[in-house]
Amino acid sequence: MDVNIRINHAVKRYGDNTIITDLSLDIREGEFFTLLGPSGCGKTTLLRMIAGFNSIEGGDFYFNENRINDVEPSKRNIGMVFQNYAIFPNLTVEKNVAFGLKNRKLEKNIIEEQTTKFLELMQIDEYRDRMPDRLSGGQQQRVALARALAITPDVLLMDEPLSNLDAKLRVEMRSVIKEIQNRIGITTVYVTHDQEEAMAVSDRIAIMNFGDIQHVGTPKDIYQRPANLFVSTFIGRTNVVEGELKNIDGKIMLVLPGGFVIDVPTLKEEERKERKVICSIRPEEFILEADATEGLKATVDQFIFLGLNTHYYVHFENGEKAEIIQESTIDNVINKGSEVYLRINTKKINVFKEDGSENLVTGVKNDYEDYKNGVSVGE
Amino acid sequence: MAKNKKLDIWKLMSIFVLVIYGLFLIYPLFMLLRQAIIGPDGFTFEYFMKFFSKQYYFETVFNSFKVSIAATLITLVIGVPLAYFYNMYELKGKTFLQVLIILCSMSAPFIGAYAWIQLLGRSGIVSQFIYSLFNFRLPSIYGFNGILLVLSLQLFPLVFLLVSGALKNIDNSLLEASKNMGCSGAKRFFTVTIPLCMPTILAATLLVFMRAFADFGTPLLIGEGYKTFPVTIYQAYLGEVGTDHSFGAAISVIAIVITALIFFAQRYANSKFQFTMNALHPVERKAIHGVKNVLVHLYCYIVVLVAFTPQLFVIYTSFQNTSGKLFVPGFSLDSYREAFDKVPNAIPNTFIIGIIALIFVIFLAIIIAYLVVRRSNRMNRAIDTLSMVPYIIPGSVVGIALVISFNKGPIVLTGTAVIMIIALIIRRIPYTIRSSVATLQQIPMSIEEAAISLGSSKMEAFFKVTVPMMKNGILSGAVLSWVTIITELSTAIILYNTKTITLTMSVYSYVSRGSYGIAAAFATILTVTTIISLFIFMKVTGSKEISL
Repeated sequence: MDVNIRINHAVKRYGDNTIITDLSLDIREGEFFTLLGPSGCGKTTLLRMIAGFNSIEGGDFYFNENRINDVEPSKRNIGMVFQNYAIFPNLTVEKNVAFGLKNRKLEKNIIEEQTTKFLELMQIDEYRDRMPDRLSGGQQQRVALARALAITPDVLLMDEPLSNLDAKLRVEMRSVIKEIQNRIGITTVYVTHDQEEAMAVSDRIAIMNFGDIQHVGTPKDIYQRPANLFVSTFIGRTNVVEGELKNIDGKIMLVLPGGFVIDVPTLKEEERKERKVICSIRPEEFILEADATEGLKATVDQFIFLGLNTHYYVHFENGEKAEIIQESTIDNVINKGSEVYLRINTKKINVFKEDGSENLVTGVKNDYEDYKNGVSVGE
Repeated sequence: MAKNKKLDIWKLMSIFVLVIYGLFLIYPLFMLLRQAIIGPDGFTFEYFMKFFSKQYYFETVFNSFKVSIAATLITLVIGVPLAYFYNMYELKGKTFLQVLIILCSMSAPFIGAYAWIQLLGRSGIVSQFIYSLFNFRLPSIYGFNGILLVLSLQLFPLVFLLVSGALKNIDNSLLEASKNMGCSGAKRFFTVTIPLCMPTILAATLLVFMRAFADFGTPLLIGEGYKTFPVTIYQAYLGEVGTDHSFGAAISVIAIVITALIFFAQRYANSKFQFTMNALHPVERKAIHGVKNVLVHLYCYIVVLVAFTPQLFVIYTSFQNTSGKLFVPGFSLDSYREAFDKVPNAIPNTFIIGIIALIFVIFLAIIIAYLVVRRSNRMNRAIDTLSMVPYIIPGSVVGIALVISFNKGPIVLTGTAVIMIIALIIRRIPYTIRSSVATLQQIPMSIEEAAISLGSSKMEAFFKVTVPMMKNGILSGAVLSWVTIITELSTAIILYNTKTITLTMSVYSYVSRGSYGIAAAFATILTVTTIISLFIFMKVTGSKEISL
């Protein structure tokens, strides 16, 4: 069952308070799509609008050709996994998983077959007669997933399903979720505030802030070519450095604090004009070599050896601080207090308009531009 | 964008509940007020003037305050340490103690009054015994002293139960931390433990005060010349000499104003102590040794046994032989035989009226809890407030208001079992609502949403998933509603007749006629019913403790 979810100009209001003003999306068949954003950005609100637990104040929601705005939640054929799992504490594992099937008044042997299938798929069939309070967090999570999938839903919705688990289980469960989703091929909408988790599981991610979508794209596109400054700071770590585009000998160059001048080859042709800009330079985009004699001048405040990489914390001459990540080397001669000259991987860095609203380098792929302008990509 | 305007089932429920409260609470209270201010010649303050101009009436208010405040203080002094000892220390036979304490709170107060009269009254067994030994007369049990004794022993269990609940919510680490900072023993009790329980202590204070203030069976029996306010209401309405319904209504209105003022005063005090506690590691009971151990045990057992004495005595006398109204040596079941003979319908009435009321209480409480917790809007908050109003209105006032409203006019219910059932529902539903609301607040909405996303309708999701999860919470309130329903006196005394007489009413009417043997038999049946109800509750919910 391949279902695509289209949302046109969705509006969500609570009283006079507008949470979502105008939001459009197109989630492709069988895609693992993640809504990612800081708390309060409206991601859970949007998910619950798709599920039918929040009213829709404006716009249209479609599952394929069917408008679902006025369809009861129980008739939307969705599987939902809740943040607190919402396992029925008074029912055994097996009865929890069979609950949705029983509501469909299926034949007994079909219910049993289907229940067993998903208990086995989630590797919890040995606990089928247990009560939920005697399960660990990870096992409860598996029950919740089995229960949601057992009804063979059109779409799977997951609301921060891993946030109640400890770090190790979280990593384990996210690969379980990803693998199951791949195997079943169900269209999945996943909500999280954990960007690493989002990168690990998603086909595409929508970054949300203040009830609006900032960027829709693959994890790679979003990380490497974020649509705006918010996206670049929200996904992964980055150093925000003020700079200026200046015409130097007939060529537009980027001048960084301390007068260090670099050429940014990826700058869009039409944006090459003199102006103030703001740069996002990720920690690994600095090149730190002890013997370099020219570059962005900085002083090392602290370094942390983490095996594969070493993290350096530095400050520039203007007092701004930055973080740098380098592959660890055998002979480490950069100590606390050393003065260093940083070079920059100019192909990788991103340069934004002064207000951070737009990326000035080429290669930004933001599907949301198409949705906003009403071009339906999924068809 | 089409808004979902259709009336959903829960909106209909809201309207249904509002109509019920409108008809059986607001309308009667309105009629009560009307009766109090409309005389034969139209609008008048005559009835209020009558109350305030005569010292005799006015004094009853002071009497009521005096005895209620004194009783409240004593219950706190007895109940708080008892709760502390019970929850902090390892006591021998603590389940037994708890059961006795609950039973003490669950008998009708006037039964205690009449038992104490027989023990300590003018010709009481204990007073006679002491007189024959020491030639010494015990101070009089009648009047202020007697009311205070009965109410204190009757009501301290409420303080015990509420404060026990609060103590269970104190995290052990708070006590350990204070000990770590050099605060322990009695100092810790007063500077840490008591302040942590303060919201609950205030709630208990209100509850005890309201009960003491509204109780009229006790002062009626043991008060003699010491008239309290509810007695005046009752006598103005049903007294043997010259009843005056309008005057009764006026006093009822005054009663409502007073209790409402107290309620708001308590609310205000409570708002100064707002915090929430949730014990991750509840306090574990400690074993104590030596003198301290003996003293703590003595305190707990003496308090509880003294409080339970009236009921033991009543059970004992129910098996005594009687001759006329006097007890004579020897034991038999004669009193029971006579009781069944004279009022054969008391037991069936109690159960039929009680069970019907309970079914409505549970059903309405579940709906109201759902509306209040899950559908909070102006209408449902109004329902929430309305449902708590009977909590602060004396029972006799509820009874009078219902009689005034339904003895003539479009709906005539006076003299039927229906009006008694309605009074019981209105008066006793707050317990079940409170416990259901508290439980429902603990259940995350997502559980219901999960059921809906799995294909259940909203109604199915609520009744198939949420209600079973609420079961224990609903039942813990329902058992209180039930016990207070079967021991209800104050509305019943105004609304009953020979066809609808209940066990409690039978006890009362035989006590007032002086037929103590029959009264004791009825009271014992009532006590046994209460014990069985509690036992069933504990079995069904698997809980060993009852909380308020």
